[in-house]
Amino acid sequence: MARLALMPMLLAGAAMAAPPDATRQDELRHLVRQDCGSCHGLRRTGGLGRPITPEALAEREPGDLAEVILDGLPGTAMPGWRPLLTEDEARWIADYLMKTETE
Amino acid sequence: MLKAVLAALMLTITPAQADELRGTGDLGLIVERETGSLLVVDRSERAALGRIEGLGDLSHASLVYSPDERFAYVFGRDGGLTKVDILTRQVVRRVVQAGNSIGGAISDDGQLIAVANYEPGGVRVFDAETLELVADVPMGSKTVGIADAPGSRFIVATWDTGEVWIIDHSHSPAQPGITRLKGIGANPYDALLTSDGRRYIVGLFGEKGLTQIDLWQDPPEVTRFLPDYGRDQPDMPVYKMPHLQGWTLADGVFALPAVGLHQLLWVDADSLTEIARTELAGQPVFALARPDRREVWVNFAPPDNDKLQVVNTLTHEVLDTLTPGKGVLHMEFAPRGREVWLSVRDENRVEIRDTRSREVLGEIEARAPSGIFFTDRAHRTGL
Repeated sequence: MARLALMPMLLAGAAMAAPPDATRQDELRHLVRQDCGSCHGLRRTGGLGRPITPEALAEREPGDLAEVILDGLPGTAMPGWRPLLTEDEARWIADYLMKTETE
Repeated sequence: MLKAVLAALMLTITPAQADELRGTGDLGLIVERETGSLLVVDRSERAALGRIEGLGDLSHASLVYSPDERFAYVFGRDGGLTKVDILTRQVVRRVVQAGNSIGGAISDDGQLIAVANYEPGGVRVFDAETLELVADVPMGSKTVGIADAPGSRFIVATWDTGEVWIIDHSHSPAQPGITRLKGIGANPYDALLTSDGRRYIVGLFGEKGLTQIDLWQDPPEVTRFLPDYGRDQPDMPVYKMPHLQGWTLADGVFALPAVGLHQLLWVDADSLTEIARTELAGQPVFALARPDRREVWVNFAPPDNDKLQVVNTLTHEVLDTLTPGKGVLHMEFAPRGREVWLSVRDENRVEIRDTRSREVLGEIEARAPSGIFFTDRAHRTGL
C-alpha cells in the first residue's frame, strides 16, 4: 500500500526532471556492473542478491524497482542507494536493468 | 596506448617456458574479473609474466594454492572450479560444479578442494588431482566463509539458516563426519578462521554481534560476543559486505571491520570484549594486518573505495590516508611485509607500494583487477 502511494510521486518526479546525461549514464552503467555486481553478479545472474536480469525482472514495475533501489529492502542485504542516487537516476537504472541484457 | 596494446598482446602470445627451471615462491595470481582471466605475476621482478584465460565469470572470485605452489584452484561466481598451472600458464582442468559459488578451500593435506555454493546451497568436495566429486554436502542454504581447519576438516557458515557446519574428512573422504552447530545468529555474511585453526569467528548481518566457535574444545564451544555492538548508533547502508578473511589477530587483539559503521573495532581475543574503536574514512571492507602485525591496512566500500587507511596496532590511531585511485578492491602483502600490492580496478592497474615509506615502487597493467593472491598462501591455515 505504501508503495502504491509513492508511485504517483515517482512518476511526477520523472516527468519533471531530465534523465541523466550521457556522462552520468556511463557512470550509472559502471555502478550497476561493479557495485550492484558485488552481490548480484557481474552478469546479474545473482549471488547473495537475487538475479536481476531482464528475464528475472520481467514481472516487475520499473517504478517499484526504482523504489527498492532508493530505499533498499529491510530485512535483507539490499541497501538503500538514496544517498548516492537521485530518483531520476534510480528510475533510469530500473529501466536499464529491465531492458538491457548483460554481455 | 600502442605500447599498452603491444604489451597486452605479448602477454597473451608469449609461450610459457615449462622446462625452464624456476621456483614459484615469489609468484602470484591476479584475478581480472571482467575478462575471466588471471595475470601471473612475479613479485621479485614486479612484473606480469603472462595471462591464463577462459575461467568464466570471475566476479567475486578467489583461489587457493596446491602445497607445491605450482597449481591454483580458482572458484568462480558461475560455479566453475578451475585448476591452473602457473608455470605453464594453462588451464589443467575445469568443471562447472554448481550454479553459483562464493569461495573454497583446500584441505591441510592438499588432497581435497571444498567449494561453498549459493546454488544449490551447500558444499561440494573434490579430489585435488582430478577434480572428481568426492562428497556432496547439501545444506539448504547459501554458504559463506568456508575455511580449512586442521585434520582434513572444512568449516562453513550458512546465510539463510544461521548455522556452522564442520565437515571432517579425516576418517573417510567420501563419507565425512558432520558437526552441525545451530543458533549461530541471523544471516552470517562471512567468517574467518585464525591461523592456528582454533577460533572461527562469524560476522552477522541480520543481527548485531559476532559469534566465536572454539575448535579446540570438544564439542566446539559457541560464544556470542559484542551483543550490543552498533545498536546505539544509526547504521549506514552497507554498499559492500566486509570481508573477514584477513581479519586480524595482532598482538592478542582482533581488528574487525564494522558492518554499517565507519569504524574499525578492536577486540581483546581472550575476553572477547571491545577495547577501542577507530573512526575511519568509510565502510571498511578488508582490514588486514601487515605481516609484522604492527599496522592494519583498511580499504573501503563505495563511494570511498579510492582510499586506504593505515592504522597503528598499538595506539589504534590512523597513521596515513592514501588515495591510490578509483576502485581499490584488494590488498596483498609480500609474505614478510616489505611491500603491498593494490588492485585499482577502475584504472586497470595494480600498484605496488613500500609498506613503510608508502612510496609507489611499481605498477602493473591489469584488466579490472580484483583479488591478488601470492603463493605463500599455500602454507597458511584458514585462507
